[in-house]
Amino acid sequence: MREKGNEIVKIGAPKETFAGEARVAMTPDSALQLQKLGYACVIEAGAGVASGFDDAAYAKAGVEIVQGAQALWAAADIVAKVREPSGEEVARLREGQTLISFFWPAQNEAMLAQCKDKGANVIAMDMVPRISRAQKMDALSSMANIAGYRAVIEAGNNFGRFFTGQVTAAGKVPPAKVLVVGAGVAGLAAIGTATSLGAITYAFDVRPEVAEQIESMGAEFVFLDFEESQDGAETGGYAAPSSPEFREKQLAKFRELAPDMDIVITTALIPGRPAPKLWLEDMVAAMKPGSVVVDLAAEKGGNCDLTRPGEKIVSGNGVTVVGYTDFPSRMAAQSSTLYATNIRHMMTDLTPGKDGRIVHNMEDDVIRGATVTFEGDITFPPPPPKVKAIAAAPKKDKPKELSPEEKKMQEAAAFRKQTISQVALLMAGGVLMLLVGAFAPQSFMSHLIVFALACFVGFQVIWNVSHSLHTPLMAVTNAISGIIILGALLQIGSGNWLVVILAAVSVLIATINIVGGFLVTRRMLAMFQKS
Amino acid sequence: MSIGIVSAAYIAATVLFILSLGGLSNQESAKRAVWYGIVGMGLAVVGTVFGPGIGNYWLLAPAIAIGGYAGYQVARRVEMTEMPQLVAALHSFVGLAAVFIGLNAQLELNSVTAMKDAGQSLDTLTGFARKLAAKDAVEIAILQVEVFLGIFIGAITFTGSVVAFGKLAGKIDGKPKKLPGGHILNLAALILCIVLGYLYFTGAGIWTMVVMALIAGFIGWHLIMGIGGADMPVVVSMLNSYSGWAAAAIGFTLGNDLLIVTGALVGSSGAILSYIMCRAMNRHFVSVILGGFGGTQGPAAEIEGEMIPIDAEGVASALNDADSVIIVPGYGMAVAQAQNAVSELTKRLRGQGKEVRFAIHPVAGRLPGHMNVLLAEARVPYDIVLEMDEINDDFPQTDVAIVIGSNDIVNPAAQDDPNSPIAGMPVLEVWKAKQVFVSKRGQGTGYSGIENPLFFKENTRMFYGDAKDSLNKLLGLID
Repeated sequence: MREKGNEIVKIGAPKETFAGEARVAMTPDSALQLQKLGYACVIEAGAGVASGFDDAAYAKAGVEIVQGAQALWAAADIVAKVREPSGEEVARLREGQTLISFFWPAQNEAMLAQCKDKGANVIAMDMVPRISRAQKMDALSSMANIAGYRAVIEAGNNFGRFFTGQVTAAGKVPPAKVLVVGAGVAGLAAIGTATSLGAITYAFDVRPEVAEQIESMGAEFVFLDFEESQDGAETGGYAAPSSPEFREKQLAKFRELAPDMDIVITTALIPGRPAPKLWLEDMVAAMKPGSVVVDLAAEKGGNCDLTRPGEKIVSGNGVTVVGYTDFPSRMAAQSSTLYATNIRHMMTDLTPGKDGRIVHNMEDDVIRGATVTFEGDITFPPPPPKVKAIAAAPKKDKPKELSPEEKKMQEAAAFRKQTISQVALLMAGGVLMLLVGAFAPQSFMSHLIVFALACFVGFQVIWNVSHSLHTPLMAVTNAISGIIILGALLQIGSGNWLVVILAAVSVLIATINIVGGFLVTRRMLAMFQKS
Repeated sequence: MSIGIVSAAYIAATVLFILSLGGLSNQESAKRAVWYGIVGMGLAVVGTVFGPGIGNYWLLAPAIAIGGYAGYQVARRVEMTEMPQLVAALHSFVGLAAVFIGLNAQLELNSVTAMKDAGQSLDTLTGFARKLAAKDAVEIAILQVEVFLGIFIGAITFTGSVVAFGKLAGKIDGKPKKLPGGHILNLAALILCIVLGYLYFTGAGIWTMVVMALIAGFIGWHLIMGIGGADMPVVVSMLNSYSGWAAAAIGFTLGNDLLIVTGALVGSSGAILSYIMCRAMNRHFVSVILGGFGGTQGPAAEIEGEMIPIDAEGVASALNDADSVIIVPGYGMAVAQAQNAVSELTKRLRGQGKEVRFAIHPVAGRLPGHMNVLLAEARVPYDIVLEMDEINDDFPQTDVAIVIGSNDIVNPAAQDDPNSPIAGMPVLEVWKAKQVFVSKRGQGTGYSGIENPLFFKENTRMFYGDAKDSLNKLLGLID
């Protein structure tokens, strides 16, 4: 950060230069929030027009409007952009200037070096670590969410039928069947959109732990029975390449599903690699004419064999394959709003004092992770974050599926074991009783029988007591154990004064016990109410 | 009343007691069940008082009247949060009564034998003494064993309950304490008791029993002193069980079947409760009784991250946004008397159409089912109060989990860290909820003194302060 004295630090958003890019990194709303952080905002004239924000709206929000990119880059201390900077834009960077945008540092090493040479600090929005605290700045997720939604809309646009099944006077319409491959943020958004339009939605992912999320969005999880499933938590929530065996099994499953599916939306991406080919030519060929494939991975080469990035083509058998790479940009108003909010959150984290001064805290996991050049150094790749994004799933030993015969045998064995232990217990008990009976007098034996039966009844009865009533149970058993008063009553008539006194004290305290115990139980039970 | 009518009353009382315990299987029938117990007890006492061989009514009547009045006052005044202490205190009474009655039996026996030796007529004897007079040598030997057991168990129950009462009421430090020598001392005391018992059987006289009662009292005191506060649910139910066995032993002594049956019912009830509590903590009964945690193997896992505090506004906004909330109360809620604030919060959230439920761990609090009673007192409907097994799978779909004053029962180390002292104990998986708020007084550890990694998790925020104050602050912010 260049020392600016008392001057107010300016955040500027230029007009995107990439052809067809309609988004903008600052909206009138986000500008207001940024001003609350103590910054001044500038924007290039006409930057927001494509997303539906005209210059007047910005001016009303107190944003300074400058003419031309050159002027903006000169005016702003912090430049917020959507797409990675072009060569021309990199050339405009100056020392101490901060650039916040998507950057893809792994793919753009040359550009990274240039930025470093310029001495600019670059924060790559695509490098924000995926931890809970950073979710509010996770632009990849917010853009993916839009892409997922838009994918369904594009599919519907190219699909000649209803999504929802209808029985009309003019005939019956079957519901559309949608398969979503890859249940990341985009996949889940697509599932949600497709289901809410009324389609029957299926979804597949290599990470079995997302099954729950898929089902929660209303789709059916396509279950693949395979032993070494991935634990997404190991890789920060992203998918990792799968083994050839797994891939084969997966493709076989897709082949089986292909003829039934009306719409296929593929979203499978592996960080830092070309998109895996999952929807092969023969699967497209197996689909019905009029079906649609929307490939959200088109920018990385596509999941579908036929995908041509940026284009929509129709296959030989009449299947439309949509390979657009600019889904978020096609909903520029929405995506600009979300992206600008992501940027604003990033600025909030960078401005802990809310005083319009950037504190580039390289100790902070999120800021450190997203910063790719800092004060003339390349700081990419970042060290692994101190906190793991997602707690590792405990390794589960999956119980082996037993065949019915094995199950039966096990049950039989368990039954036999139980029988043996019960019989053994009964025998031991019986022998013990016999021994006692052989020596003890009749009067004792009759009491012992009563005692044994009472214990038995007690065990049977108490197991049924509901957990929530354990305190009342204790209170009531406590009251009942005051039955010891009978002993004292029987002795109080004695001729021995010591016995009488001890018995009287016993009667007294046992009565406290009985009355106190029962009343307190009653008080407690009266409180339990149903809603 | 003739002996036949008394027996009939006893049978009726037995049946009523069993129904009374069985009726506790659900909340509605429980309200009826307690009346069965009361009527049963009434029948038993009235039957005995007006039965044959009872005298000294002039002493008996005031004893019952005073005892009844005291019991009534205690039951009326006690706060629901003080329930654990009360139960422990009442157990001590049973124990003490058992000691007295056991001693009495021996005193009576002495006087009867003296009369026999003096060649006096035994026809003038009534009640218990007449029964004693009819006993032969073997029966008297058995009687002595029973007296020994009754006094021994009674004395342990008495002092143990007094210590448990002290610990639960906060009058004695809750930390486990042992005299030098530890369990060797207990063992020595036990052996001494057995020696005294042997002397007693061989006719050494009643002083052996008095000394034995004192030593057994020492065992009870020392045993419970050595058990930490967190294990109190087990201790209280164990003492409950002991009080039952003491009553049963006295029943044998006096040849009274009702005492035997009731004692056995109470004894087995307490035993089962102790077993359930131990299983809920994944510990063996013996290791609980011997006190403290067993030696751990290796150091506990390092905890990474930091505790992040949050203020009432933050919690309130999360609650206003949430659709489903699970509240996990613990002993801290009882200490802060926060159950009414919790209830009010629940009412407001439910009024907004949110799903609010409670997750109760079997050992939450200091008494089995302690939390249920407190929530019931605060008029939280019992059908939204769920057990651990019923609700544990629902945490991942829950927006907000609020932990109020519980610690060990929500400690993920029980599952993740095999070196943790509580490893393997079933816990409530609150950390799977989208957001967790922990209402806690400070940064200290729980009763077991174990660090809780939950507090350091990414989705956990610490809501510091007294539970009641915090919740009241929160209530003003929930719209």
